[in-house]
Amino acid sequence: MDLNAILISMGGMGGIGLIFATGLAIANKKLHVEEDPRIEQVNEVLPGVNCGGCGYAGCMNFAENVVKGNASISGCPVGGVETAEDIAKILGVEVEAGEPLKARIQCQGGLNEMAVKGEYLGIESCVASTFAGGAYKLCEWGCLGFGDCVDACQFDAMYMNDNRLPVVIEDKCVGCGKCAEVCPRNIIEMHPVGHRVFVKCKNQDAGKYSRLVCTRACIGCGICIREAGDEMMYLDNGLAHFNYSKWKDREDLPTQKCPNLVLVSLDESGTD
Amino acid sequence: MELLVIFISAAIVNNFVLSQFLGICPFVGVSKRVDSAVSMGMAVTFVMTITAVVTWLIYHLLLVPYNLEILQYVSFILVIASLVQLVEMFIRKVSKPLYDALGIFLPLITTNCAILGLALIAVLREYSFMESLIYGIGAGAGFTLALVIMAGIREELELADVPRHFQGAGITMIIAGSLALAFMGFAGLI
Repeated sequence: MDLNAILISMGGMGGIGLIFATGLAIANKKLHVEEDPRIEQVNEVLPGVNCGGCGYAGCMNFAENVVKGNASISGCPVGGVETAEDIAKILGVEVEAGEPLKARIQCQGGLNEMAVKGEYLGIESCVASTFAGGAYKLCEWGCLGFGDCVDACQFDAMYMNDNRLPVVIEDKCVGCGKCAEVCPRNIIEMHPVGHRVFVKCKNQDAGKYSRLVCTRACIGCGICIREAGDEMMYLDNGLAHFNYSKWKDREDLPTQKCPNLVLVSLDESGTD
Repeated sequence: MELLVIFISAAIVNNFVLSQFLGICPFVGVSKRVDSAVSMGMAVTFVMTITAVVTWLIYHLLLVPYNLEILQYVSFILVIASLVQLVEMFIRKVSKPLYDALGIFLPLITTNCAILGLALIAVLREYSFMESLIYGIGAGAGFTLALVIMAGIREELELADVPRHFQGAGITMIIAGSLALAFMGFAGLI
């Protein structure tokens, strides 16, 4: 190996590289595609975390679709109203502001409340334990308590409390819906911030049985429905539901009347 | 006659995808629809043909005279990468929908082993300039053929009642295997 070989190889490779680079540079000029400059502008005002909460593959893809008109300008759940206003300025349209969403956990069956059917020694994950028959809790509907939702949250807006129930930190929740997506039991729902009262149970079993599995289960007694009146609530499959469209900031909500304290207003639950 | 044999060999008998198992990634990735499969095949054929020619020139006019054969991998990859860039710009200019349909697999032609394999095999077999050119075209045609057959079957499959556990990747692998078996039937042709 002499110096000459090194020089020749450097020169040769450099030469080849230079030729191709020149060719590509010319081609780049000739084949330049005019892109809508607004796409880049929209992309800049987006949060840029690429969480996918909007349903598109990353912020750039969302920006493209907003400019094309396929996506709503308030479609970014992370940026919320501010981002929507910025995008509106770029595109020259009005904002139809939607209320920001927050993740709400619709189960109160933690370790203390729920009956146990056995010991679970498998993978510490809600999804995995669902395949194994739902882990240690007897309730077929409630939280499994392994915190898949906490892992899914990219904004540190959730944690598992001592009772092995997930808690949403409201200020940090951006409403991307990732936690609701991963929950195999679908106990996390995305609600507009205006919704302050929830039926925090998903148990559709008959009252006699649901009473056995969890001390905080909805037994479908219907007391809340009679108390609330005005079709504000209804019973479906042995489970009370809220009719949020009828709900108007009422003070006299029958939260105290619920025998199992399933009906919870946000201010009472406190931890959220 | 010699050239025809090289063409048939590259396209069918020693088909890059189904006999030599090179370039499986786009074979599975871009074979959902026939029209995008054809476009992908065209793009790969173009890159393969030009690669075969340019790498022949580089190898025989630059690397061999200066005893730099050791640089063949680097220089070949350089050629391929540049060509793919060019094709990408061209397709983006000419047809944005096609650019979107090919997606990530277009820039991935750069790392498509079929193309580097073509350049290296052509060197290994000591092909002449003309033979390299025909070999490149043949390999491209074979790749397109495999891709289009696969896409045709998978389009039909959309309507078929595939058992649940075979759906998606499973049935695709089974088809690919069956196709490879079928192509083994050409082995005695030349």
